[in-house]
Amino acid sequence: MDLASRRILWFDTVWYQIASLGAVTLAAACALALANLLTGPAIEAARARDLAASLEQVLPPGSFDNDLLDDTISVEGPDGRLRKFHVARLAGVPVATVFETTGRGYAGPIHLVMGVDRDGRVTGVRVTRHTETPGLGDKIEAQRDPWIHGFAGRSLDNPAPARWAVRKDGGEFDQFAGATITPRAVVAAVRQGLELHAVLTPQLFDRAPPPPTPEDRP
Amino acid sequence: MSADLTAGAGPARPVSERIAEFRRIVGDGLWRQNMVFTQMLALCPLLAVTGTATNGLGMGIATTAVLLFANVAVALVRDWVSPSVRIPVFIVIIATLVTLVDMSLNAWLHDLYKVLGLFIALIVCNCGILGRAEAFASRRPVSDAAIDGLAMGAGFTLALVALGATRELLGSGTLFASASLLLGEPFAFMELTVIPEYRGFLLMILPPGGFLAIGFLMALQRVWSARQARRTVPAGLGTDRGRA
Repeated sequence: MDLASRRILWFDTVWYQIASLGAVTLAAACALALANLLTGPAIEAARARDLAASLEQVLPPGSFDNDLLDDTISVEGPDGRLRKFHVARLAGVPVATVFETTGRGYAGPIHLVMGVDRDGRVTGVRVTRHTETPGLGDKIEAQRDPWIHGFAGRSLDNPAPARWAVRKDGGEFDQFAGATITPRAVVAAVRQGLELHAVLTPQLFDRAPPPPTPEDRP
Repeated sequence: MSADLTAGAGPARPVSERIAEFRRIVGDGLWRQNMVFTQMLALCPLLAVTGTATNGLGMGIATTAVLLFANVAVALVRDWVSPSVRIPVFIVIIATLVTLVDMSLNAWLHDLYKVLGLFIALIVCNCGILGRAEAFASRRPVSDAAIDGLAMGAGFTLALVALGATRELLGSGTLFASASLLLGEPFAFMELTVIPEYRGFLLMILPPGGFLAIGFLMALQRVWSARQARRTVPAGLGTDRGRA
């Protein structure tokens, strides 16, 4: 009882309030700093694994034998911006490039990784980050719907330029029930990626020896 | 449990009374004081993520974990926090816990994080957690607070899944779509297509559908509770009202 009444006295002093709030904040800061130290390397490694996985997913397995993550060249695009390309090589010969591109979706940017071989054919496309409506627009993710695999093997003349659109716009690609803007954005982004690749093909591949024999490419 | 019996200020209460108290806390958390349907707290993250039952379940699990840790932490420091600064202290504790959970999931359970990551950041703005710290954990021993955290979290999860399932069923004709992404491949059996060839009802999946669905679910819960109250008069009802 005595202890309790004495505590009430200094409980309401401003100095105790400042000290207790400071102590809690200090403890929280220490806990966060420690957690950051402990988890930092693991988070960085997971992020690199994610990027490496999505880079490899857009190329046919066995079509390259180098480390995509580190083998990059930066080339200036037609708009003057520097773009980073990962180069896939088989026995040292560049066979395809993998690069990131962005579409304007329904609820923000849709980040894509796409692979294009040296003949300008899409080897694969994956969505890495997006904020589309769950249950409708998220069918662009490969694990939820096979739709994104429909780009493999396409090029700027397959289908014809006028048919590079969703069906609703008279094109070749399906839209989803309840979501047209999302697939429209992805189709447009892939097409822009192909156009960029076509413009830059000489710069991307000219430093390399002639193309490999067709057997090397699946 | 036994530690609390001896540490309590009053005379030691019999074990049966403690068990009855625990059962009352669990019943409050799950139903009588359900965070969503009765207290109407945490509606912001609720409406944002319940487009599908799976998303509701993910948010529920993440919230329950934070609620449990936050309740225990607040109950531990409750004797040392001056009433005038208790709210900032609780907020610092909750925000720190959410960030810690976010970091550890990202580092060590990265696949789960890719599915739940979006939800974890939303937990900070869940007023239900601060509400439990203020109304319950800051006045009770650690064991009570831990059970309350689990029960309130389970009740919140229940509400999220009910709302998510309603919206998903009406909106896209499926139940627990993509559950295997959240829980792992063995749970693929949960993914049901209830209405095949369903064209979809976009409104239910967009946020306005959330308001509509929660309105109807709340009305249902009220009707059910009123009917139960008429049939049997629960012993602890009067004290519940006073405490909440």
